[in-house]
Amino acid sequence: MTSTDEKGTRFGGPTTLSTPNPHRVPSSVAGADEHLLVAAAKAGDTAAFEELVNRYERKIFRLTMNITGNREDAEDAMQDAFLKSYTHLQSFQGDSRFYTWLVRIAANEALMRLRKRRPNQFSLDEPIEGEDDMMPREIEDWGPSPEQRYAQTEMQEILNEVIEKLEPNFRTVFILRDVAELSTEETAQALGISVPAVKSRLLRARLSLRQKLDRYFRKGELN
Amino acid sequence: MNCKGVIRELSSYIDGDLDLAMKQELEKHLGHCEDCTMIVDQTKKTVEILCDSEPVALPSDVHTRLHEALRRRMKEKPN
Repeated sequence: MTSTDEKGTRFGGPTTLSTPNPHRVPSSVAGADEHLLVAAAKAGDTAAFEELVNRYERKIFRLTMNITGNREDAEDAMQDAFLKSYTHLQSFQGDSRFYTWLVRIAANEALMRLRKRRPNQFSLDEPIEGEDDMMPREIEDWGPSPEQRYAQTEMQEILNEVIEKLEPNFRTVFILRDVAELSTEETAQALGISVPAVKSRLLRARLSLRQKLDRYFRKGELN
Repeated sequence: MNCKGVIRELSSYIDGDLDLAMKQELEKHLGHCEDCTMIVDQTKKTVEILCDSEPVALPSDVHTRLHEALRRRMKEKPN
């Protein structure tokens, strides 16, 4: 089986997102030949399935790590997600991307472990969320490229920290929607919550992350 | 539209999901509100930075355990 990189460039460039997100470049997650690998794997080509695993293992580990916040749980959730996707591959109909299907399985595995470890911190309930506390305060300029004030590894640590500190209900929506690139509808389906709840939590997550990054990015702040 | 309205529509705006009339109304507000302009720009930047960051390499022991488990499963249950 011929392999391609994650950008899928060998077969003519990245695929586009199911939901347009003009604030960033189109998704490069699912390579254009993904369906060929899936078809080969379904026909019994284990190397093809291993290629899919190689392609997505880092992204899936980041997903499970971000949701669970615990390395042991993240590894277990990732491993079970890949094993389940292999076991149930014949039932995958191909009406969504394999990557999307895999993300949903991995998110479920991670959420199951999160709920078990922290039963009171994560719920699918949809409380009425007021708007009064959403207005940011003390807004200050960040300058044009605030992230460039930090070395790459330092920046990665900051990003991990701000995501980890996000409230689990908001974090999970943000990870699925913005990082794993599921659509709003797919995120709602994966979490068993409504589309308006996804939108509301996503807004809160984004605002909260902005607020958390603010202390690192304020112009003139010492690094 | 006031500042609260901008915050309420912020996500839809940066995702390009607002209808034209609402988008124009929001941008009219941004034209004279420095604080909201900074919030919009900073939230866009936040999403960009977090979305575009590449996942770190999988630790080699984690990669090895994953592939060992997978091969065991493949032997037990060929597709």
